[in-house]
Amino acid sequence: MSGQSTYTPKSGLEKWIDQRLPLPRLMHDTMQTFPTPRNLNIWYTFGGILTFCLAVQIITGIVLAMHYVANADMAFDSVERIMRDVNYGWLIRYIHANGASMFFLAVYIHMFRGLYYGSYKAPRELIWIIGVLIYLLMMATAFFGYVLPWGQMSFWGATVITNLFSAIPVVGTHIATWLWGDFAVGDATLNRFFSLHYLVPFIIAGVVGLHIWALHVPGNNNPLGIDVKSPQDTVPFHPYYTVKDAFYLCLFVIIFAGFVFYAPNFFGNPDNYQQANPLVTPPDIVPEWYLLPFYAMLRSIPNKLMGVLVMGGAIATLVFIPWLDTSRVRSCRFRPLMKQFFWAFAVSAVILGYCGAQSVDAAIAGIPLVWVARLCSIYYYAFFWLIMPIVGLIETPKKLPASIAQSVLGASAAAAAE
Amino acid sequence: MMRIALPLGLALGLLATAPAMAIDTTRLPIKDGNFSFEGPFGTYDRGALQRGFQVYKEVCSACHALNHIAFHNLDEAGGPGFSEAQAKAIAAGYKIPAEPNDKGEIFDDKGNRLTRPGILADYFPAPFPNDNAARANNNSALPPDLSMIVKAREGGENYVYSILTGFHQTPPKGFTVTANKYYNPYFEGWNISMPPPLTANGVSYSDGTKATIEQEAHDVATFLAWASDPKMEERKQMGLSVLIFLVVLAGVLFAAYRKVWADAH
Repeated sequence: MSGQSTYTPKSGLEKWIDQRLPLPRLMHDTMQTFPTPRNLNIWYTFGGILTFCLAVQIITGIVLAMHYVANADMAFDSVERIMRDVNYGWLIRYIHANGASMFFLAVYIHMFRGLYYGSYKAPRELIWIIGVLIYLLMMATAFFGYVLPWGQMSFWGATVITNLFSAIPVVGTHIATWLWGDFAVGDATLNRFFSLHYLVPFIIAGVVGLHIWALHVPGNNNPLGIDVKSPQDTVPFHPYYTVKDAFYLCLFVIIFAGFVFYAPNFFGNPDNYQQANPLVTPPDIVPEWYLLPFYAMLRSIPNKLMGVLVMGGAIATLVFIPWLDTSRVRSCRFRPLMKQFFWAFAVSAVILGYCGAQSVDAAIAGIPLVWVARLCSIYYYAFFWLIMPIVGLIETPKKLPASIAQSVLGASAAAAAE
Repeated sequence: MMRIALPLGLALGLLATAPAMAIDTTRLPIKDGNFSFEGPFGTYDRGALQRGFQVYKEVCSACHALNHIAFHNLDEAGGPGFSEAQAKAIAAGYKIPAEPNDKGEIFDDKGNRLTRPGILADYFPAPFPNDNAARANNNSALPPDLSMIVKAREGGENYVYSILTGFHQTPPKGFTVTANKYYNPYFEGWNISMPPPLTANGVSYSDGTKATIEQEAHDVATFLAWASDPKMEERKQMGLSVLIFLVVLAGVLFAAYRKVWADAH
């Protein structure tokens, strides 16, 4: 994988560059000849899709920032100017707004894929932890960005989230005041959020570089979760995975475009087309869909500080997964018991998200949703802190195939190829 | 915290004094107005847009602003389809607060604000100089700006249509309409501050369309939908081209994918 470069400079110029700054060598080794397991399925195309999402958000975001005015009196109108008077401003803004949702959709698929195939297990712990950091930075960026249009949900969402810090004993209110730059969410808050919303994506881009660097040391995991043993198990990244990623990216963009052109406000909240008004609280303050599971956890706990801790802990938990999983086998494909707990976890996360979208006192068939959310929150923690360590010890995994090549090509073909 | 606590306390106080028999005043399900611009190929009905503009101008604009719409929007593609001359004439019919004159004055000798006729570059003037003036003239209720009302309400144009056609009904027994409010079961809480705005033949359409309340409501909801989303037709047209391109591209990529992988598994 790393270390064995197959790059040979073809011209004098390439040779000259290679001796001084081997950038062409790096590109060649990481994007062209990089040996990639030959059995990666559709769920492994989301890494490329996420890179695309980040690029789209940065490019559209830079253009939007040329027209946006970060001022509490003008922000709302400036966004509407973009929608009406800037050439293709509506297109750029709808791509950016829906792009955030598509970005999170892709990142959740990417994370659940890693969870299912055990991609966090040794020697890929750092890839996973860097990934959790990217996810955290994404949530911060999305939150800052949602505040910028300065609609009702922007303002009240910012108020609710920043107020969470006031739950910290003794210094909480000071922290909140420090975050606001004022004694409430206002012009100063909007300006710093804009500044950070512009900054953090570039930090994400840097951390994504680390994520990919760390990936290129052990190479990709794969649906079988077994190590690459011979060159038979891999194919060069180009053209095999460039073409596969391109095809699935295109399908993803079709869905993306469907939202942008035909349901551009599907993920939005109508209240955010009303200008922020500190004197009028919306009946239900709801965050964007991708934060709903954590919001449901927060709301299901009566004590504010405990709620904040449980919510924060849910994200912090992800960092420890590589050591919580005691199984010797990576992929859930060979873990009959863990597979069931995994799908229960996925369903429970969706239910949590649903609960987060409903009003606090909502009930279904007489069951208060707050209790459903509590059960799902308990399962969230139990899944990582109890089920993962215990199942790994007691479960008998199915027999692993001898090699990737044998599994894909069949035993005789693999032998013949050798 | 005070800001939230105060209205909450007031609301609780009101609850305590409310009659014991509680009626569920959740708003009724929104009516479906069967608008021409719904669906992926839907476009605005030009006649409805022009009639709806007339309803806005003659009825709604007495209280509601249309801050984000300029007169030049009226002759733009995808809009009501007025000619530039018509849009200019409409603009000229409005009095816009004038810029300072040669002497630097914006008031005449009698203290009246100087005005000038509107031009295409002007935005629709608001009916009231500020929110407080609007409240003072409307029993302390604030008529919302209408340029984004369809985007800013759950249910969009169908919600606007339901509200406008939801007046003139007898409230159910046990429900008392609050003073200075009006009964409208499509409005959350059923008490709405807006008096019934539309009347049959309240406007006279030049194209011979019969001006029933339903017709007027339908027309003005169409107009307001355009005001909220003036680029809708352009968006749907471009979307079709983009999707056709992407589907063809996906086909090409799929063929390439199959060819590249043919020998690999």
